Amino acid sequence: MRLRFNFTLGLVLVLTAVVCALGAPWLAPFDPILDADLMSSELPPGGGHLMGTDGQGRDVWSRVLYGAQVSLAVGVISQVINSCIGTALGVSAGYFGGWWDDLVNGLTNVMLAIPSLVFALAIMAVLGPGLPSLLIALGLTNWSWTCRIARSSTLSLKNQGFVQAARTAGFGDLNIMRTQILPNILGPVLVIGTLGIGSAILAEAALSFLGIGIRPPQPSWGNMLSDARELIRTAPWAAIFPGLAIFATVLGFNLLGDGLRDMLDPHMRTRKA
Amino acid sequence: MLHFILRRMLQMIPTMLAVVLIVFVIFSVVPGSFISGLMSEGRNATNIQAMQHLNAQFGLDQPVPVRLWNYVTGLLQGDLGISYRTREPVWNVIEPRLWPSIKLALMAMGLAAVVGIPLGFMAALRPGSIFDSATMVVAVSGLSLPEFWFGLLLMYVFALQLGWLPSFGYQPGSLQHIILPAIALGVSPMALLARTTRAGVLDVMNADFVRTGRAKGLSEPRLVKAHVARNVLVLILTTMGLQIGAMMGQAIVIEKLFSWPGIGSLLVDSVATRDIPVVQGAVLVIVVWFLVINMLVDIAYAVIDPRIKVG
Repeated sequence: MRLRFNFTLGLVLVLTAVVCALGAPWLAPFDPILDADLMSSELPPGGGHLMGTDGQGRDVWSRVLYGAQVSLAVGVISQVINSCIGTALGVSAGYFGGWWDDLVNGLTNVMLAIPSLVFALAIMAVLGPGLPSLLIALGLTNWSWTCRIARSSTLSLKNQGFVQAARTAGFGDLNIMRTQILPNILGPVLVIGTLGIGSAILAEAALSFLGIGIRPPQPSWGNMLSDARELIRTAPWAAIFPGLAIFATVLGFNLLGDGLRDMLDPHMRTRKA
Repeated sequence: MLHFILRRMLQMIPTMLAVVLIVFVIFSVVPGSFISGLMSEGRNATNIQAMQHLNAQFGLDQPVPVRLWNYVTGLLQGDLGISYRTREPVWNVIEPRLWPSIKLALMAMGLAAVVGIPLGFMAALRPGSIFDSATMVVAVSGLSLPEFWFGLLLMYVFALQLGWLPSFGYQPGSLQHIILPAIALGVSPMALLARTTRAGVLDVMNADFVRTGRAKGLSEPRLVKAHVARNVLVLILTTMGLQIGAMMGQAIVIEKLFSWPGIGSLLVDSVATRDIPVVQGAVLVIVVWFLVINMLVDIAYAVIDPRIKVG
């Protein structure tokens, strides 16, 4: 009962973020970049500004809405890249074994040893700020868990009857991996992916906060917080609302991922974070 | 046992080498070098001769494989290179940053353990209760919280509004300066510990030997103390160890926010100024910390739990 509630709450939070992102052009009362007005800077919430205005007099609510576009795009796209890399490496390593398995295993251990935020920071330093760099930096650095799960599941699947049968029936390796193994590991990959979107959104916010993510004036929740840091004394709302947006969205994805896991495998219930 | 420890240490070497290689390759393809940055800052014309001179001084005129070879052989002798910016050996730049970083990690972990473990324990003893649900809500929220935002809010409330604690900075031996960053950094390991402890206790409570203990009439507190706590301890220690290992990397944004002079803020600042040898050194320190702590956890595991195969 409680689990169902958590999953529903997660779904509602994620859908709210999606609606904000897609509907930003219609929902936002002001332009997030151009409607700067120094005469009305640092206005508290209320009046014409639901969430107040920032240091340049821009409407915080409008910027939060447009920021959702960046966060969701970065979170979803980079996690899809991670899931694809992790699944491809993990399945092929488990299926073929041998030197390829050793190589993939070694690479996974290296990736686990470098914290993904540090790795992403290094890649951003090379590529420079911006959306494409963020997608690459976060998309290449967080596939190790997917790879591990995909590999171990493949190892246990490949000796089972239906895979052997497919082989006897003359299926090629690629075909077996695609039609027999992949459908059976999609569940765990989906769970890790959903949780991964949350951490990618956090990482985007962290990198933008450090000034090497999304370049201002384009609004992202991370760079809004970075700007708001100097105003924390006089205009705390400029910091509170973007952070709340990050929190709610990441919480949504985490609840969704936990719920999916509980539905797919009751044994794994809240065992791992 | 000694054999196990030695083998475990040797296992670190290939990972270390791969990390050095990856970090080196990433930064040898950086388009703007520190030298060109230095030259274009505040000066209109680039002095080609001066640039060549600097390039030669730092060995940047050599091909990448040669530089990699020099770097690795230097590392084996404990030489991390020379900082482009301060012209000091990189180790001299990194060394004063180590203790603040370790102190922050330990403090954050201490707070996380003091709060997270009892929460998880109490939640598991009353599964399905309101307290249990509330704890799990706190835990999943803690894992979803952007740490630096939470740190910013702490700063606003406790430093700026109430004036109880300094808002940023570092003083050796000052407890006041470490509290806010440690809380901000400790939230997510606290949440993780609460969840792990709860799951572990629930697991053990359903084990056969606990049922036997109950059947032979052990009181509930005695049962928890003698059988459950001891079995969950290994799991908790492992989680804590792995978290401390990962913490130096996780701390970079918090360190930056609170102007904490640790490895993380050094890394961010060096990335900004393209001081590549320091960046490489800082990444290496973060990775070595992670690997060494992991190794210690594995060894401790083998010592505590004799069922783990040794050798």
